[in-house]
Amino acid sequence: MASEPVAAAPALAPAAAALGRGRARSRAAWRRRLTILAFLSPWLVGFTIFFGYPLVMTAYLSFTSYDLLSPPRWIGLDNYRYLLSEDVDVWPAVRNTLWIIAIGVPLQVLFAFGVAAMLTRARAGVGFFRTIFYLPALVPPVAATLGFVYILNPSTGPINTVLDRLGIQGPLWFNDPAWAKPSLVLLGMWGIGATMIIFLAALLDVPQHLYESAELDGASALQRLRWVTVPLVSPVLLFAVVLGVIQGLQYFTQAYVAANVAAGAASQAGGSSVLEQGYPEGSTLFYPILLYYHGFRYFSMGYASAMAVLLLAVAFTFTAIVIRQSRRWVHYQGAVR
Amino acid sequence: MRRLVMALAVLAGLVIAAASLAATSSPKAEELEVWVGWSAGHELVEFKKVVSEYDAKNKNVDIKVVGGIVDDKIFAALRSGNVPDVVSSFQSNNVGIFCPSGGWIDLGSYLKRDKINVNIFPAASRYYTQYKGTRCALPLLADTFGFYYNKALFKRAGLTRPPKTFAELSAYAKKLTVKKSDGSLDVVGYNPNALFYHGGAGISTYGTLIGATYFDKNGKSNLSRDAWSRLLRWQKSLIDYYGYDKLVRWQTGAGDEFSASHAFERGKLAMMLDGEWRVAFLKNEHPELKYGTAPMPVDPAHKSAYGSGYVNGTIIGIPKGADHEEEAWKLVKYLTTNDHALAKFSNGIRNVPSTRSSSKSPELIPDKNFSTFLKIFTHPKSATIPITPIGLDHLQTFSNFVAKWNAGDVDDLRAGLQEVDKTIDSKIKQKG
Repeated sequence: MASEPVAAAPALAPAAAALGRGRARSRAAWRRRLTILAFLSPWLVGFTIFFGYPLVMTAYLSFTSYDLLSPPRWIGLDNYRYLLSEDVDVWPAVRNTLWIIAIGVPLQVLFAFGVAAMLTRARAGVGFFRTIFYLPALVPPVAATLGFVYILNPSTGPINTVLDRLGIQGPLWFNDPAWAKPSLVLLGMWGIGATMIIFLAALLDVPQHLYESAELDGASALQRLRWVTVPLVSPVLLFAVVLGVIQGLQYFTQAYVAANVAAGAASQAGGSSVLEQGYPEGSTLFYPILLYYHGFRYFSMGYASAMAVLLLAVAFTFTAIVIRQSRRWVHYQGAVR
Repeated sequence: MRRLVMALAVLAGLVIAAASLAATSSPKAEELEVWVGWSAGHELVEFKKVVSEYDAKNKNVDIKVVGGIVDDKIFAALRSGNVPDVVSSFQSNNVGIFCPSGGWIDLGSYLKRDKINVNIFPAASRYYTQYKGTRCALPLLADTFGFYYNKALFKRAGLTRPPKTFAELSAYAKKLTVKKSDGSLDVVGYNPNALFYHGGAGISTYGTLIGATYFDKNGKSNLSRDAWSRLLRWQKSLIDYYGYDKLVRWQTGAGDEFSASHAFERGKLAMMLDGEWRVAFLKNEHPELKYGTAPMPVDPAHKSAYGSGYVNGTIIGIPKGADHEEEAWKLVKYLTTNDHALAKFSNGIRNVPSTRSSSKSPELIPDKNFSTFLKIFTHPKSATIPITPIGLDHLQTFSNFVAKWNAGDVDDLRAGLQEVDKTIDSKIKQKG
């Protein structure tokens, strides 16, 4: 009996030492994790409070009838049923939103790309032109929209005044349902500064020798654009498209301000006016604006939450599809997909 | 023993001194915070003047007025519990949420205790300060809509009196309209598009003039079955006279509604339906303008409605959780029922004083144009919009349709209005 511990001692010692080392490693690993967590905590706390909790609450409220003051009342899928089958404003708002994504986003991306491409070719005054094209991006959206509504005022705006002098009757711009969305696209194209700068950086990053090789192979300018430039800036193109689509799905400020100012409702006290939703004739009623009306004018926060959940689902799906499809046309230099 | 007597005497002296000090020094004044929507320079100043009179007479309170409050902020405050003592809103339709939710406390017990009969307020104001019998608000001045006409333009057109029916109004409008050489509109006789100007109140400003209702006895939307279609046809006929596109083009240059560039103030609009506040705007911005006021012309089928008009106004109440509820009530009572306070405030911002007695107060500064609105306010047929569980959504739905109708994008008016009724009913049903 007495020999057992003696005999076991040499075997146990390394095991105990290994155990001790293991514990120490585990403690160190925990300390490391805690340190990482401590460094991450500002973000984690912010994410939980300002994103996670509101997201969960939005999902919960979407199943309730809630006017912000009375306690939420559980109504199951009623909000979703009404949203998808009965609300007559939803589909026009969805159509308008899809229009701005399908027409506005490609035009803005192409325009930003075009301007950036031209700026890479400029021989003089490059800094000046870069500044000029970037400047609109610094103007707050509300101020920019007010400026455009003024410039495009059908009876007193400078554009129509000039057209009038030329004997052309200018359109009603923001006051005509056929012209209101194109006017918003014009406003969007004017403010492409940020996208343009990103394209410019990507274009300047394309190795010059690739153009020279293509040129030696007899490639035309269009072919060089198609087979050299576009593949090499395709990651930035993807970024611009995804960002544009998400911004299109959340399109609010410009449309809301333009509609209210053009309708003459901007000066109504306390925002109490009952004029038109999406003036003129619903042409600027975008999905986020309808959501805002339900949440903060009619105080149907449960219904507005259901609209928000649907918007999130659509944005997520849309982005996932674009990213998945992008594998076919986006070229990452030296990167493994 | 002597020492004891001395000590007792000193003690007694101290007690008496302390007691007399306590009796002579006034208790600390309680700070009452009052939220109001007025933000325009003179309106907020006038409200503060009325409040400061009360403040001066009541040493136990110290009132702090916060202007520029909109309903979003009121909702946020009620949700957070960080509320003022007294709160007011321009959006009376939200009593449909403030009252049943208890966000604004029921004033019934205070009214009963202080023996205030709400019949001191005309019917329309009584209506928009309660919801289903719960009175959580009282009216603080009111807005009424009437008819304004440019006397110089009338004289030039040979017109001697304001019109009384829609048919007359159309005839006058055509006489007063001036077109430029290129056919565009220079002076518009009357703009029947209720979605432009009209203080943002929109199509509802016409409801009383045609004797129309919004809902039937069963609470179902009634727009297609009532007089609205007659009104819309009349409005469209006048719009077509101008040409819709030409009228819209004119509107875009008509000037801001609440500035000196307003088309009526500049003589570019000969007649209009507008609120009583315009009297003060005209006095301040265009005192040279010769104009008159009258009740708005009415549908010939409802001639008895002549003299009435659309009524709405500011509401005031006490939020749940107010720190000084009793003192808040005393202030609300003073502001809404004291004839002197109402007349003083009315003189300041030229809104209609909201009790029957104050509308006849000798303190009101006499003004022939303004007195038209005092009569409209107390007319038995003057009315307001219904308060619904969906807030303004029913009016918004109707307005969206009216915009399409005015633009000529509706082929079948009756079918269109039936669709609007169906939509409003489904919205109310969805809200529960």
